[in-house]
Order: sequence, then C-alpha cells, then structure tokens
Amino acid sequence: MAAVERPFPPGDYDVVVVGSGPGGLQTSYCLRHLGIRHALLSRDERPGGMFQRFPIFQRLITWTKPDAPVERTSREYEWYDHNSLLAEEPELKALVPALMDRAYDLPSRAEMEAGLAAFAERAGVEARYGCTWESTRYEGDRLVLETSDGEYRCRAAVFALGVTEAWRADVPGLEHAAHYVDTRVPERYAGRDVFVVGKRNSGFEVAQGMLPWARSIVLGSPRPVQTDALALSALRVRYLHPYDEYARGGPGTYVIDVTIERIERAGERLRVYTRGTTWDGTLEFEVDDVIAATGFQTPLQDLPQLGLVTVADGRIPALTPFWESVSLPGVFFAGNASQGARGIGKHGAGASSTSVNGFRYNARVLARHLAERLDGREPPRRPVAEVVPFLLRELTAAPELWVQKGYLCRVVSTADGSYVDEGVAPLSSFLDAAGPDALAATVEVDEAGKIMPMLYVRRGGEVREHQLEPHPLHEYESEPYRRHVSGLLS
Amino acid sequence: MSIAESLGQLALFADLTPSQLEAIAHSHEEDVFAAGERVLRRGLSGGNFYVILEGEAAVEIDGDARHQLVRGDFFGEISALTGEAPTADVVAVTMLRCLVIPGQQLERLLLDRPQFMLRLLRMEARRLRSTLEWRP
Repeated sequence: MAAVERPFPPGDYDVVVVGSGPGGLQTSYCLRHLGIRHALLSRDERPGGMFQRFPIFQRLITWTKPDAPVERTSREYEWYDHNSLLAEEPELKALVPALMDRAYDLPSRAEMEAGLAAFAERAGVEARYGCTWESTRYEGDRLVLETSDGEYRCRAAVFALGVTEAWRADVPGLEHAAHYVDTRVPERYAGRDVFVVGKRNSGFEVAQGMLPWARSIVLGSPRPVQTDALALSALRVRYLHPYDEYARGGPGTYVIDVTIERIERAGERLRVYTRGTTWDGTLEFEVDDVIAATGFQTPLQDLPQLGLVTVADGRIPALTPFWESVSLPGVFFAGNASQGARGIGKHGAGASSTSVNGFRYNARVLARHLAERLDGREPPRRPVAEVVPFLLRELTAAPELWVQKGYLCRVVSTADGSYVDEGVAPLSSFLDAAGPDALAATVEVDEAGKIMPMLYVRRGGEVREHQLEPHPLHEYESEPYRRHVSGLLS
Repeated sequence: MSIAESLGQLALFADLTPSQLEAIAHSHEEDVFAAGERVLRRGLSGGNFYVILEGEAAVEIDGDARHQLVRGDFFGEISALTGEAPTADVVAVTMLRCLVIPGQQLERLLLDRPQFMLRLLRMEARRLRSTLEWRP
C-alpha cells in the first residue's frame, strides 16, 4: 500500500493552528479563504474535537431548527442553526440540520460529530492528524512549536484546543472521585448513592443522566443555583430535572450550597464533609460514588511557563478583544477558549464564545484580523448606499450580532456624506480605537433578559450610545425605527 | 492563589468567612485587562462593579489621569448603584486582574452581606472626605 502523504510538514508558516475541533476547522477554513499560508495540526486521528466524546449523557444544548422561514443557504439561517460551521459556498453551509433525526431541535453528539466531519471533508479542510504539539518558544519575532513530527515556525499561533481537560477543585480527598470526563454509562450507577461536586452544566448533565438509575443524588457546590439566570439559559432545556425535583421537595435528589471540606474513604463507601455557604451548619454524606463535575480547562501545555496569563484559577487564557493572549504576543486562541475575552460585559453579560454558534464568528473575525496584522492587508470595503436600512437590517437579522450579543458589532464608517461597510468587529475595538466618524450596530441584553438593539455613534473621536426601542418580534425595520436612526445620523 | 484566597486578603472582604468568600468567588467572573485597555467607559450604561485583585488602574477624564487605583481598590460602584453611566474612564495602567460583579448582583450582595456593605461604605466615606479636602 502506498503511503499517504500527510499535509503540512514541519517548517515555516505564517500561522499555525492547533486543534481539529470546530474552532480549529473554522479558523483554518477562514484563513484559507483569505489566502493566509498556514498549517493545521491535530493530535487526534480525525476531525471533531470534543464532539468525539462529549457531551456524555445528553444532547447538545444549542439549537438547530431544520426548517425555518429562511433558506438554509442564507446568512439569516445561521441564527436558526447554532451548530453548523460557516462557509461561503452554499453547498457547505448548514451541514448539521441535514444529519439530524429531528427527535429534538437539539442535535445529538453523534450528529454534531458527523456534521463536523462532513464539513472537513467537503470543504477540503486538511489537517496533519496524529501530530502532537509538545512545547513552545520564541525565536526573535517567531514562535516555534515543537511537535511529535518536528518544529513549526510561525508569526502567529492559534490554539483551538477546547476546554475539556478535567479540572479538579483543590478539595482534600477529591482524588477519590471520578471526574466527569471519566464517568461511565448511567446503568453503572443503578441503586447507588451518588454525590456530584458541582452545579454547572456538567454537574446537572451527569445528575440528569443518572436520575433513572441512582438511588440518591446530591449536587453540592458553593454557588447557589441562580434560577433567574437559568430560566433564560440554554441549560434549562434538558438538564434541570434534578433541580426541579429538589425544588418541589422530591426525596432522594438534593441540590445544596456547600463547600466540600474533605472526602474520606469509609470502607467501600465515601464520606463527604460539607459546610453551608448560604446557610449555617455542616452536613455529612455517605455515598457510593463521588463525581467531580468541577469544570474543565484548556490544555495549555508549557504556555503558562512561557508567561501566559490566565483567568478562572488557571483554566482559561486571558485574552484581548481579538483573542490574543494579554501577555504572549502572537499567541491566539480559537474555539471554546476564546471565552477568555469577555467583552465589555455591559449588564454583566459575557460573550457567547463557549459554544460553536459564537466562536465560529470569532474565528472569522480573527482570520481577518490576522490578515490585516500579518500582511497589512486591508479587507475589502463595500460602499453602503442606504445606511439606515442597512443598519436596521443588520440589527434585525445579522446572526453575528444576535449570537454574539454585546460582543460583536457591525461597523459602518462615514466620510463626506458617504458610508462604507467595515464589517464585523469586537465592540470594544470600536469603542476604544480612535478612528474616523463611524457607526456600530449591536444587539445587547440587560439583566432582566430584555433584548435591546443598540447603535453607537462615533463623531470627532467621541462615542455615544443610543438604545432603540425593543420590539416583541425583534423586527426593527419599520418606519419609527427608520426615523429614529435617521435622526441620530443627521 | 485561588480567587477566594485573593479576596480574603482584601480589606473589603475581611469580615467574610472562607465559605462566604468561596460563594462570592464561584458566583462572579474574573477578568484580566492588558495595560492600556479600558475597563470602565465614560457615558456607557450597564457598567459593572470591579474589585482590583492585581495590578494598577487610573481614573481618567478626557485622557488625563486623575487618580490611581491599586490592589484592593474598587470602582464602578456609583454607576452600578445609581444606574447612571460613569462620568470617567478607568484604564488599566499595568496588567489588571479584577473580580467583576454586575450592578444588580452588587445590590444583592450588599443586602446579603451587611459586613461587606459597611466596609464599602467606610471606604466610600474616606474617598468622599479626601475629595472634599482636596477641593480648592
């Protein structure tokens, strides 16, 4: 059998992308589209990243509506499909809905993985599989990535490694617990008492999966379950039955606010010592299994030793609005780790960068940013004939603005009475960069969950914010909106 | 050092128990800003309350630094509590690590933890006094 030639041999590239999950595939696709010479490396044997394994028990919590009032090949359809990667070619768009069995409007893990594999294959996104990134160093203005196949030199590296490596809180005895990533089939927990440490996505997902099997389930962590926030969260869709049972007083399922002081062996069982955070007192539990749903981290290898600054107890890289490390120049992140750029956080809202729907847009903006930065290449700028309808259409239907609320905006610059489309950019880059007179449209959400169309107007270097009236159907193209925006521009 | 441990070393949180600090650390995000990045923006609504865990920041009006903020200081409380937009920018002078508490949640925290409210009020009173003293 002839040896198959592997792409991207070690050597010099403008950009090296590491990871073949959705973040890596989307970044590579977008870089190629802009003609940026890059290598895509992956330690895996096939595309898919975390979706080869996760989520373990449940479907995804991000919707895809196979039928929608708009064509699947349209840009607007992306707002109906939070799971497909982005493409310019109609035949590469919206690949996930075609693979769904439609039992729910949420794809299963297998459907999602198949969608990513289909994208990689049909778009011809090649990767050097079986190539493991091992260490990193600077040589002058170049980054050098040592891999199992040799050295890669580049001007910028984009790490799209997911946030799925087990992270354990610093709790004495937590080593007796299996981490979420190592949990086994739910049947294994039949008739057993289980303590789940953690009350975020993975904790609730595990508990939900075990409800029909386990004898009793306790979920414990310091932070109270924020029911008002959960009511508006994607988590509500399938994971909250354990909380529902507890809130109604159902026996055998408990959701408590505690710090875990220690976990000890007690014969065949485990004893969990806890102390209340929102109530005074202590509780002890004797259980068969403890599961650490204490979260995940990005596998950062030696980047912290190189000086990478992180947030969230070292789990996530701290990033600039264009997803570059705040401390390591040329080191960028894509995919789930792009959550390390929080955005301006108005009303406490963060970016939607922890799921495919949000970070697919980050990847496209990042590719354009790299083209400008590495090649000094100006992106194509199209004139905008009718600026008011253009902005209102964006506010009504631009999927980038609707998914990445308050993080991404559409920018239109103006000079001599004419307008030019500057594309999609992080809102903070618009607010903080000195630039020509310009407008930015974005969609924001307040603490109560109210969705608000916003316009930012920069004149003479000063930016003012303007909130447009909310609309029950989120349609902002009617005459009152036109008048409002025309008034702002005159 | 964990976020809860960092908080425990600051005067603002000195009266809270380790369990209460854990709950605060788990309930709010941490954010890091590169030197030169703006954290709080004059005229923009929806601002948050920030507590500096590491680094330095400057209160700026029209680009002029008026006041330095260091570890343990906080900012954004006036707009978070009044719902009005800030009247100054806050810019990171060095790399800046902050705990970020959204306005509405600050109100809840103040009501839930009166010792924290008292500490904040005392610090606010000192700031007010020094502002009055310095006024020509």
